[in-house]
Parts: sequence; C-alpha cells; structure tokens
Amino acid sequence: MNMRDRIPGKETQGLVDNSLTFDIDAVRENFPILGRRVYDQPLVYLDNAATSQKPREVVDCIQTYYLQTNANVHRGVYHLSEEATSAYEASRDKVQRFLNAKSRKEIIFVRGTTEAINLVAHCYAKPLLSPGDEILISTMEHHSNIVPWQIICNQTGATLKVIPINDAGEIEQDAFTTMLNPRCRLLAITQVSNALGTINPVRQMIKQAHQQSIPVLIDGAQAVPHLQVDLQALDADFYAFSGHKVYGPTGIGILYGKQELLEKMKPYQGGGDMISRVTFAHTDYNELPYRFEAGTPNIAGSIGLGSALDYINAIGLDQIARHEQALLVYATEQLSSIDGLRLIGTAKHKAGILSFVMAEAHAHDVSTILDQSGIAIRAGHHCTMPLMAHLGIAATARASLALYNNRADIDALLAGLHEVKRIFK
Amino acid sequence: MNNELRELYQEVIIDHGRRPRNFKVLQEYSHSQEGYNPLCGDRLQLFLLIRPGPEQVIEEASFLGEGCAISMASASLLTECLKGKTIAEAQTLFQQFHQLLTGDTAVQAEPEKLGKLQVLAGVRAFPTRIKCATLAWHALLGALNEDEDKPEAWVTTE
Ligand SMILES: Cc1ncc(COP(=O)(O)O)c(C=O)c1O
Repeated sequence: MNMRDRIPGKETQGLVDNSLTFDIDAVRENFPILGRRVYDQPLVYLDNAATSQKPREVVDCIQTYYLQTNANVHRGVYHLSEEATSAYEASRDKVQRFLNAKSRKEIIFVRGTTEAINLVAHCYAKPLLSPGDEILISTMEHHSNIVPWQIICNQTGATLKVIPINDAGEIEQDAFTTMLNPRCRLLAITQVSNALGTINPVRQMIKQAHQQSIPVLIDGAQAVPHLQVDLQALDADFYAFSGHKVYGPTGIGILYGKQELLEKMKPYQGGGDMISRVTFAHTDYNELPYRFEAGTPNIAGSIGLGSALDYINAIGLDQIARHEQALLVYATEQLSSIDGLRLIGTAKHKAGILSFVMAEAHAHDVSTILDQSGIAIRAGHHCTMPLMAHLGIAATARASLALYNNRADIDALLAGLHEVKRIFK
Repeated sequence: MNNELRELYQEVIIDHGRRPRNFKVLQEYSHSQEGYNPLCGDRLQLFLLIRPGPEQVIEEASFLGEGCAISMASASLLTECLKGKTIAEAQTLFQQFHQLLTGDTAVQAEPEKLGKLQVLAGVRAFPTRIKCATLAWHALLGALNEDEDKPEAWVTTE
C-alpha cells in the first residue's frame, strides 16, 4: 500500500475525530512537561518539528537503565554488561520492526539524522564521485541534507543539482524526471519538509530513480513521527531519522542502509567495537552493523529510542496520523481566517506543519508575543535558507503538531495571533 | 498584553519598525557595512557619510534591510541619532546602548546620552531579542573600524 494512502484525505476529515481510539487527555498526562506553566500561562507546545516532548515512560526507561543496568556493551563478561548489551540490541530490533527493514544488520545507531547523512556522504558517495558526476537534492532540503553533499562535491569535483518546487511547495515531478540521468550518482531528498510540511511522493520517486540505477537516500527526520514507514515497500537505499523528534531522547538516531551497500562501504570512524582483529600493521573490521559504530555508543539513548517506539506502537501510528491530520485541517482553517496571514506550504499532501507569514508583523515579533502567552512556535529560516531565498522571504513562523496537541492548543495560537494584530494594528 | 510586551512594543518602535526613517542608500557615502544575523536571517546595510578632517563628524546616516520590528526600529532610530555625532561620540553611544540592553555593570550608565534610544530599554526583558536590537549597531562598529583593519564583507551578531 502506498504510504500516502494511509493518511486520510481531506474528504474524510469531518469524521476522524470520532473514530480516534486514543484518549488525547490521557495521552497528555503521559507528558509531564505539558502540565507546566510558562510566564504563568499553561504551556502550549507547537514546536514539535524542532523536537518533540518525551513521555514519562521514555524518561523512566532511561533512568532505570542508569540506576539499575548501566555497564558498557559488547565487552564485559558479566551479568550487567550482558543485560545492557541485550537491551541495546533489543532496541535495534525494535527499530528494524518499526521501519520494516529486512535485517537488523541494516540498522546503525548514530547521533541523529545529520550524522547519518554525513556518514553516507563520506563512506558511500565520496569514493564513488568524480568530476562531472551529480548529486540530486530538492529545493526544500534541510541544511543537513545540503551541506554534507556540498562538502563532498567540493572535494571530488561533482556537482550538486537541485530539483525545483512549485508555488504550493511540491517537488516539480516533470523537472525531476528530466534531471535523472546516468551522471547522477545519488538522489537525496526529504520525505516530509520541515519548513513546508509537504509529504513528497518518495516511493514513486525512488522507483523512477531505480529505473536508472540511481540509489536514493531519504531524510526521514520529519516523516517517522507522523507516517508509517515501510522500508521494504519503499525500497530506499538509505534512510535517516532522529530519535528526539519521535518522542525519544536527543543524541540518538538511525541510519538504515541496504545490506549490500553497507557491506561495500569503508568504516566511518575507527576505534573500539568496529573491529574484529587489530595488529599494528592491520585491522580487520567488524561485521555489520558494528563496523559503523566505533566507540562506546549512546547506550541509554538507544534504549530510550526503543522505549519511544514502544510508546508510539501502543497508540498506533495510524491513529496518531489521523489525529494530526484532523488537527492540521482545523488549524489550517483557523489560520486562514486571519486577515493578512499567508500560509507558506500548501501542498496537497501535508504533515502537521503550518508555516506562515503575517502582513503586519515579522515572524520573530510573532514568536515573542506568542511566547508571552506560553505558546512555543519556531520563527526563522528553519535550517532551510536556500528554500527561504527561493520563496523570497527571510523567515516564517511555524507551528508544528504532535500526537498530544489538541484543539485548545490551536485556539490558544489563534488568540495569540489576534493579540499580535492588536499590537501591530 | 502584559507589561513586558507593552514596554517592548512601544508605539515609537511599532512606528519606526513599520516606517523606518532614513531608509535609503545615501547618494554620497564614505562608509558602508552589511550586518547579518545568521540565527534569523535578518540583514541590513548601513551607510555613513563622514567628511575627512579632525572633527570626523557623521553628516549623514541611512540604511536598507529587512527584519523584525525591533531590528528595523533600532536601525531607524540609530540613523537618526548618529547625525552630527563625532566618531568618538558614536562609539560612546554604542557602549551606552549595549549597557541599556544588557545591564553590563562594567559601563557606567548615562541614559541621558541615549535620548530617544531609551525606548528600546524594553528589549532587556527579552534576551533572545537583544541581537535584533544590536544588529545595526554591529554594522556601525564594523563601518567605523573599516579604515583600521579592512573588515570582512559583512559583520555578524555572533
Ligand atoms: C527534515 C530534517 N532533516 C534533518 C534534520 C536534522 O536532524 P538532527 O538535527 O536531529 O540531526 C531535521 C531537524 O531539524 C529536519 O527537520
């Protein structure tokens, strides 16, 4: 099934609220931070695309690990180390199942999306590239899916090519098709845009790229929290995401790579754990996935990520998606009712991200005024400066949704925006 | 609206933010400097006309750019205040302005020297916005240092 088909379309929105099986108030109770006050107002957290809040379950799991299990992994021949190792490796299995990857060997723990992309740039792409070769990205990429490619293009003489987008913020599919060519060595695109909310038709794009034997990296940082990702159906060659955007801790993320590609790649960093035998003359590298996990890993982070995925599974990503889509429709209607407010990113298929500009006030002023009412949104270029330049704006205000947001949050946002208009009347 | 917001978004600031004064390129200028805040993308270009001579008086000041109400109003008010000041006076003004926003105890506060610029005192309650208010001022310092140590093409608030 096409991933996009799993997200209910606008037509069905009127019904979704009633068909939810999870209790939003109960979910909110799982996130203690939502109970705190900011400037003596209840916190309204709408910056989930930057990072999500953490359920108590995840925090407890990390704490229990440190208080009860802490030991280094893959090293000690004693009980604690075995326990830590099996918890660490169990998380890898959870990630594999969550993304439906074929093998646990394809799941590499890294610091986050950024490190995952850099790893692919340095270990996969760089050795392949010669002058005249091309790396293909899109206009809406996050800096972390631009700069690593620029760096290796500079080092190898390859060229970075950028697929254009239309006014709604969707990839121009015709242009994309014509840009695929034998010189293109990799397509690296985001599944969901952090600045526009656009859900790109990556499955179709991967298929097209593969028809010309072009491998594909998908930046899944904004997709994994919101849509079911089936890596085998998607057939991506590499896939990256960050734990902290899926209700897990910071400092942990995943690089998925197809086994046959990872097997051919040289290690990223050298050190402990990534070796099988070392002499001063020579080192035999460890097998996958350990070859790419040099040094003591972020054990607590990995275990916390596993716990976050358990949390999502218990609610159901399809339920989360329905809830967020219903809220997106409501928020879009509400924001559109404000005079002088322009939504940036109006793609047909969108995740719960609402970027906007106001005629009266700059995004920073909007954010400062909302903040005084306890409302956290993001203002700025969202690490997509080339996209902002393309749109001809310096900054947008961005509200981004998660499973615990509700209509009251949107109503608070709306009231805050009316306050902005009063101040800047 | 709470008191902090009322202090921050005073009418003068909203007015200067919306209709910045001296918002143009000077027909004749001796110094120009771009200011850029990489955190938010706010960007402006400051122009000064300083006649050579012992007095070093800033005869004209103007700017162009885009950004939030605070950065635009601050730049607008700055260009108004600079006219007729010597370079040494402009540097004192910078120190005083910085003191106003940060409460830096190393500098003796002399608010009367700031005149109209005192409307920006409300920024002090908003640490994340201090860089907005000082953007034009960093450009000013960059412009004044131009002669000494050939600056880079732009200065940043970082
Ligand atoms: C689309 C996208 N890609 C990549 C990243 C980088 O993620 P991280 O900073 O966790 O490495 C982000 C997060 O801001 C993002 O939104």
